[in-house]
Amino acid sequence: MDEKPPTIVLSEQQKRSRRARSIAIALALGALVILFYVVTLVKGPGVLNRPL
Amino acid sequence: MSLLVSEGAEFTAGSVVSAGHEPSIASVGDYVALMKPRVMSLVVFTALVGLVIAPGHMHPVIAFTALLCIAVGAGAAGALNMWYDADIDAVMTRTSNRPIPQRRIAPGEALAFGIVLAGFSVGTLGLLVSWLAAGLLAFTVFFYIVVYTAWLKRSTPQNIVIGGAAGAFPPMIGWAAATGGISLEPWLLFLIIFFWTPPHFWALSLTRTEDYARARIPMLPVVAGGTETRRQILLYSITLVPVGLAPWLFGYADAVYGITALVAGLFMVAFAWRVRNEREGARADRAAHHLFAFSILYLFVLFAVLLVEGVLGGFGG
Repeated sequence: MDEKPPTIVLSEQQKRSRRARSIAIALALGALVILFYVVTLVKGPGVLNRPL
Repeated sequence: MSLLVSEGAEFTAGSVVSAGHEPSIASVGDYVALMKPRVMSLVVFTALVGLVIAPGHMHPVIAFTALLCIAVGAGAAGALNMWYDADIDAVMTRTSNRPIPQRRIAPGEALAFGIVLAGFSVGTLGLLVSWLAAGLLAFTVFFYIVVYTAWLKRSTPQNIVIGGAAGAFPPMIGWAAATGGISLEPWLLFLIIFFWTPPHFWALSLTRTEDYARARIPMLPVVAGGTETRRQILLYSITLVPVGLAPWLFGYADAVYGITALVAGLFMVAFAWRVRNEREGARADRAAHHLFAFSILYLFVLFAVLLVEGVLGGFGG
């Protein structure tokens, strides 16, 4: 009854590459937040009023 | 010992027949490679030219945002192309070391990566810059993946002629991002890239005929033979001369551009003429390589002159 389900044990290489990918995703998301912030400042309050 | 992602995966066009469940060892570099950075750089450069020569002023942050979105959109198209073409890439020498055939990235991961990037790039471009530019970017990704990659590439020797339109859109997207509209000038840039693409790609494919035949891709040299391909290369190169001159003929660019386009166009024809006449052995391969290399220089020089004129305020009279 207490038997645990089999788990995946990551190798060192898998851990390193996963960490690098996680950092890259975090940086990309951070850059996106900064981009939206800066563009909002540049465009001012009319940021949602754009001609097609 | 390293564990490979998706060990035992087999590729068919746009799908995975079977895939294992090994955790990924894909590096950040593998995902960058998935975005075809060299193609991206050409896309960004031509889009930048479209953006700079457009009339009016654009805030540098908005211009940077537009170029970033176009670059990421191009990367998304590259990733989706590699996902769909993994079966072809695996058997071609030139592409066999890409991340999916090397099994460092699973096809499903590449598909998800491409869709997410495409969604973010189009959405961000629309929200922050222009919905017309975003629509054009979305259409370009659609055209490259659905029309070119999934349909034309495997079915007709005219694949890169029609599919070349996908590579010709970026200056138009740049123009649309800057102006919110489209006029004749970006169409002229579109035509330059459109007529430049066949001699550029066919010069490359002349030296990779066996590769394309092995992958069962109906490139012109495989289907119609080297002689017909060389004739078509020359015809397109001759057509490219007046098309390259068009921005000057229509009065949008000054004489420096006109002279540059004329000289570069004549060189392009001269290289194509050499390809037509050198048909056997190493000399034929060398002639095709020279045309391929010069074609890149041709496009770069023409757009660089337009860029300089745009920066100096010369374009558009």
